[in-house]
Amino acid sequence: MNGVHDMGGMHGMGPVEIEKNEPVFHSQWEARVHALNLACGYHRKWNIDMGRHSRERIPPAEYLAFSYYEKWLRGLEMLLVENGLVTPKELATGRAESKASGAGVLRASEVAGFLRVRRLARMDDDVPARFRPGERVLARNDHALGHTRLPRYARGKRGVIDRDHGVFIFPDTHAMTRDKKPQHCYSVRFAACELWGQGASARDSVYLDLWDDHLDPA
Amino acid sequence: MSDHHGDDHAREHDRPLSGPALRARALESLLVEKGLVDPKALDELIDTYQTKVGPRNGAKIVARAWTDPAFKKRLLSDATAAIAEFGFIGRQGEDMVVLENTPKVRNVVVCTLCSCYPWPVLGLPPVWYKSAPYRARAVIDPRGVLKELGSEVPEDVELRVWDSTAELRYLVLPERPAGTEGWSEDELAAIVTRDAMIGVAQVKLPARGKR
Repeated sequence: MNGVHDMGGMHGMGPVEIEKNEPVFHSQWEARVHALNLACGYHRKWNIDMGRHSRERIPPAEYLAFSYYEKWLRGLEMLLVENGLVTPKELATGRAESKASGAGVLRASEVAGFLRVRRLARMDDDVPARFRPGERVLARNDHALGHTRLPRYARGKRGVIDRDHGVFIFPDTHAMTRDKKPQHCYSVRFAACELWGQGASARDSVYLDLWDDHLDPA
Repeated sequence: MSDHHGDDHAREHDRPLSGPALRARALESLLVEKGLVDPKALDELIDTYQTKVGPRNGAKIVARAWTDPAFKKRLLSDATAAIAEFGFIGRQGEDMVVLENTPKVRNVVVCTLCSCYPWPVLGLPPVWYKSAPYRARAVIDPRGVLKELGSEVPEDVELRVWDSTAELRYLVLPERPAGTEGWSEDELAAIVTRDAMIGVAQVKLPARGKR
């Protein structure tokens, strides 16, 4: 979707300000929201791409006004209701109408193991690669309404396959229909001038990780 | 909150809670009541990211790469496996790529679409990395951003920006500063900063006497 989350190349956002000696969390609620997101993910009612898409669907004015963990909180509320773990009434009142049935719950003793996951998105499927390193590609000029990992600033632009990362889940379908649609994911090099015009430095480039379904031969 | 101390959490209970703090507390109590979340697991998750995972992990990787050419070779060819030698594996670091800075090439990492960041080696991302200004500008004006941050890139140096649009997670291997010959791995790790491993800074020698 052409949302405000797709920020690459936007103007007017102000300076980058690095906070000295920044704490991991600025307040306790931020820490709880981060942990709640992980602990709720344990139920496997949604995947990481659905998680990202939930935050992308926060209305633009709110998305820009929210702090980072406010977005995580709102996204989690959406996921809990949409995937049936919490009812809208429960969310509104804060009172449980029923207990979760049968589901296990992440225990403190399981946290370390839970975080040591080795495979998230890489797949073993034997899918042929459509492109080889060094080949020229054109990023598709698609404007899907749903989730996509192809940012607007690269659409319709020409790049070169830098390396083939192997076969990965395709987030664009995984977020919408849970279809993993395994395919090759590549690092694609775009010259800065191709993306931003002749004002950009001729030496510089931007590398994006894109999938077969984002690319055509150029 | 520059004077952040451990007792901030205790003091927070004395202040009126703001909107998101109230909503977060209401949601947690609902999820606990429903049996979906164990608050002790939340404590453990928070402790992990506050005390066990952070940029000191990444600094150890960099220091090893600076002192052990065979490790560096493994790190650049299969970063995930080389980093796993330290036990730094798992969530948001499942597939790692290390980018080597040289006198002719500098690398900068961003996630324009959200906040992708290599948690096992750098911890959770700082606010500026997740902020609109960095996400918007790092791809269109990386030289301007780096100049503002005090790390100007000379004209004859190539700048590569890596937008983390997939589940690959990027770590920059900064250049080892001159004047560190003979330093131990621990001494080297101590001068490697988070910002250098994101690529918005270079590693500098500390002021004399602080080694």
